[in-house]
Amino acid sequence: MLVREQLTMSDYRDKDPLIHGIQSKIRVVPNFPKPGIMFQDITTLLLDPKAFKDTIDLFVERYKGKNISVVAGIEARGFIFGPPIALEIGAKFVPLRKPKKLPGKVISEEYVLEYGKDCLEMHVGAVEPGERALVVDDLIATGGTLCAAMQLLERVGAEVVECACVIELPDLKGRERLNGKPLYVLVESH
Amino acid sequence: MASQDEQDPRISKISSAIRVIPNFPKPGIMFQDITTLLLDTKAFRDTIDLFVERYGGKDISVVAGIEARGFIFGPPIALAIGAKFVPMRKPNKLPGEVISEEYSLEYGTDIMEMHVGAVQAGERALIIDDLIATGGTLCAAIKLLERVGVHVVECACVIELPELKGRERLGDKPLFVLVSST
Repeated sequence: MLVREQLTMSDYRDKDPLIHGIQSKIRVVPNFPKPGIMFQDITTLLLDPKAFKDTIDLFVERYKGKNISVVAGIEARGFIFGPPIALEIGAKFVPLRKPKKLPGKVISEEYVLEYGKDCLEMHVGAVEPGERALVVDDLIATGGTLCAAMQLLERVGAEVVECACVIELPDLKGRERLNGKPLYVLVESH
Repeated sequence: MASQDEQDPRISKISSAIRVIPNFPKPGIMFQDITTLLLDTKAFRDTIDLFVERYGGKDISVVAGIEARGFIFGPPIALAIGAKFVPMRKPNKLPGEVISEEYSLEYGTDIMEMHVGAVQAGERALIIDDLIATGGTLCAAIKLLERVGVHVVECACVIELPELKGRERLGDKPLFVLVSST
């Protein structure tokens, strides 16, 4: 199953085998990090140069020429997908990190976890008001991290154009948590 | 060959795009911040190009990147040279079966992990990180790859801190860096 907006028939024909190839490379690891969780492991996708390249190309095709000047990637797996996209579309890459990793002055956004809270940080000055930004991560689950990322960017006056992930877990309803911001994913996993 | 002797004209822009933050993470350390390099689209592009020019067409099938800043530079290089990307991570991050290598820190030890089966014996690999300081982390990465029969062709970093003698700690493994920071 795919999540897409309006596409032409030729888009369907061209993209489906690519998406199928990408999906088949993602490994599901049961009971990680704890019992009951079926973990979507993208490291096996990274071992297939063609599938990894197709993944990046699908995002680049969507975002090139759309005047996006910022790709924000969420630590750590967003660091794998974000930079190749940023380089291809001519945008800067902005890492969004756990606390105390970024060395310069930061702004922080707290967000809720299943148990407790966490915090995401961005360097002050990385992004200017009015810039158009993407947020990239490997996967959207509950949407908490992506929300925090969007908050950080919006607080400094950037416009979040879209959130982009390789995988969505639709049962966790992360899409609804994004406050109306569009979400684009390549693969849905139930 | 260490850093570019006859300096490639792209190097000075790359070097000047790196921000030095004093006293991070603790007093006395001058932290080399590459995030400002990532904000300069041309300098970031040039950084990747310099590595790709060196490693393309050399039959390298593995680019191993060290968490987390090695994840920023490794994948674009891997994609451009047609190699797979293998993340080397802190403990308990990789979900599948792993092999682990312990290494020394200034105080205490840490552990680096790699997925079993990510690489095959006989593959030729690069190891990428943003910076080499003492060389401890790079050494651990070399060991993990060599334990499974991979040939580490070279270690590649954006920045070297030569006073910390990391290059010597790599023994016979070559090191290639773009910027040397004294």
